[in-house]
Amino acid sequence: MKIPILYNLRSLRARPTATLTTALGMALVVAVFIGMMALSLGFQAALVETGSTENILVLRRGADSELSSGINRDVANAIAALPFVAKDASGKPLISPETFVVVGLERRSGGMANVVIRGVSPEAFDVRTGIRITEGRTFRPGSGEIIVGETLVTRVPNTEIGESLRFAGRDWEVVGHFEAGGSSFESEVWGENELFMPVFRGQVFQTVALRMEDPSAFEGVAETLEADPRLAVDAHLEREFYANQGTLLGDILRFLAVFIAGVMAIGAVFGAVNTMYSAVDSRAPEIGVLLALGFKPRSVMASFVVESMLIALLGGLIGCLIALPINGLVTSTTNWNSFSEVAFAFRVTPTLLVAGIVFALVMGVIGGFLPARRAARRPVVEALREVGS
Amino acid sequence: MALVELRDLTKRYQTEAEIISVLEDVDLNIEAGEYLSLMGPSGSGKSTLLNLMAGLDQPDSGTITIDGSEITSLGPNRLADWRANHIGFVFQFYNLLPVLTAFQNVELPLLLTNLSKDERRERVEVALNVVNLSDRMEHYPRQLSGGQEQRVGIARAIVSDPVMILADEPTGDLDAASAEEILTLLERLHSEFNKTVLMVTHDQHAAERAHRKMYLEKGVLHQ
Repeated sequence: MKIPILYNLRSLRARPTATLTTALGMALVVAVFIGMMALSLGFQAALVETGSTENILVLRRGADSELSSGINRDVANAIAALPFVAKDASGKPLISPETFVVVGLERRSGGMANVVIRGVSPEAFDVRTGIRITEGRTFRPGSGEIIVGETLVTRVPNTEIGESLRFAGRDWEVVGHFEAGGSSFESEVWGENELFMPVFRGQVFQTVALRMEDPSAFEGVAETLEADPRLAVDAHLEREFYANQGTLLGDILRFLAVFIAGVMAIGAVFGAVNTMYSAVDSRAPEIGVLLALGFKPRSVMASFVVESMLIALLGGLIGCLIALPINGLVTSTTNWNSFSEVAFAFRVTPTLLVAGIVFALVMGVIGGFLPARRAARRPVVEALREVGS
Repeated sequence: MALVELRDLTKRYQTEAEIISVLEDVDLNIEAGEYLSLMGPSGSGKSTLLNLMAGLDQPDSGTITIDGSEITSLGPNRLADWRANHIGFVFQFYNLLPVLTAFQNVELPLLLTNLSKDERRERVEVALNVVNLSDRMEHYPRQLSGGQEQRVGIARAIVSDPVMILADEPTGDLDAASAEEILTLLERLHSEFNKTVLMVTHDQHAAERAHRKMYLEKGVLHQ
């Protein structure tokens, strides 16, 4: 393109109202797009980060969620004795047979939330290394104490340290809060598995989480576990298991982001088309003189497409600014696999911002194309003649 | 061989009701360094002839050879290149880009060359010096008088050192004093810089300043 970009920049500045209204239309689309994608990203990230690539989650054969799984104590003991399970310094296997139930608790904001109550072994904190007590301490075995994920504290009452949370027909004393890197564990209540087991679902665990001695050997370990006729279990890489739980809803959210932003984009593109047609018509003599000076029609076309893209770039940047404040805002939704509430934060990532700008630029190119083509195809003599009119 | 050779040049316009003949078998030779004026009543085809010679329009028949190139056979892109290298056009209404300064307007044709930024700056300064507007380089068209705008237009026409300058009623929108300045400037381009200048005008006085006068009436050229 040989026509200086300065010409386009100054032409846009010469008609600020049209430029700004068109840019704002695009900004709105970009903001909605980024907002919805940030929702999808945040939800998926919460589930992906729940799992580790060094852990295996064992479920009853055929079970597709923790809720529908059941593993009895013998099986859990047999798994603990297998050689590929990592051991701690004292030689104890890093394994956490877990109970998993969903209970209805009142929300601070009113209404009920389905909350995961997870019973874990004392080794769970070595299996799941991302868990960190942020306040108070962890529960003592045999004491009826519980710890509560940080995001749940903000959403459910009676979860402060020293308070008692009532579920399964009795009160449980809150002794600590924990964080788990923004993962869905932060939406859970944890207590001792042996204590939860009898009050909930009888003498059965739901899952067994274990840390592998050699994480790169997952395929072989999984095969061994699944082939053992005593166990009748499926072995999942923990990260994949939790990530898959978010796939359906994540895909739906992403589809909605693209669909809604796409529909809105059609309107914004029409706005750009209108603005650019008006620019091309009002600047016919300028186009005429550029062509008369020897600029090629394709240069004129490129110049007007670039001008449309400049409006779009402005719109994209404004859209990013509108969307940025939602980064980190915590919201919640139901995990359709466990029917429990998962709290997560909107994630406005740099990649997402770039995607928003690219989205705006695509709108700019589409909106500018036809008007630019009209500019380039304008007969020079006809364009020049309009100067005196 | 003459710098410009027009042979049997014909241009017609089709309206709904009839075909209007604007130029009829025009023949014309222009030697390098000539200063010509072209007069004629409105609608006589003056601007059409100028546009054809500038490669802005295509004839229905006939040939236009300028500086050895037969331009009616060139496609739009090659014609654009040819125009950039051979023609300096001065418009009645100056046709400066309002959002660019005088300097940037004059620089426009040089953006089509391979000159460096410094070389372009040097050329633009020379051109603006020739039209005596060195002190108005950073002014926008709206900050200039009509006469000054037209001088910027002339600087833009000469900055790429074209073979020929075509001026379409260059004084048509100016007061008498400004018009005189422009006519003096065009004369200087011819006498000092040996430029070939063809000026279309309605003004008898302006036409008298040229060294060769032509008259166009009902599409027929009288020399």
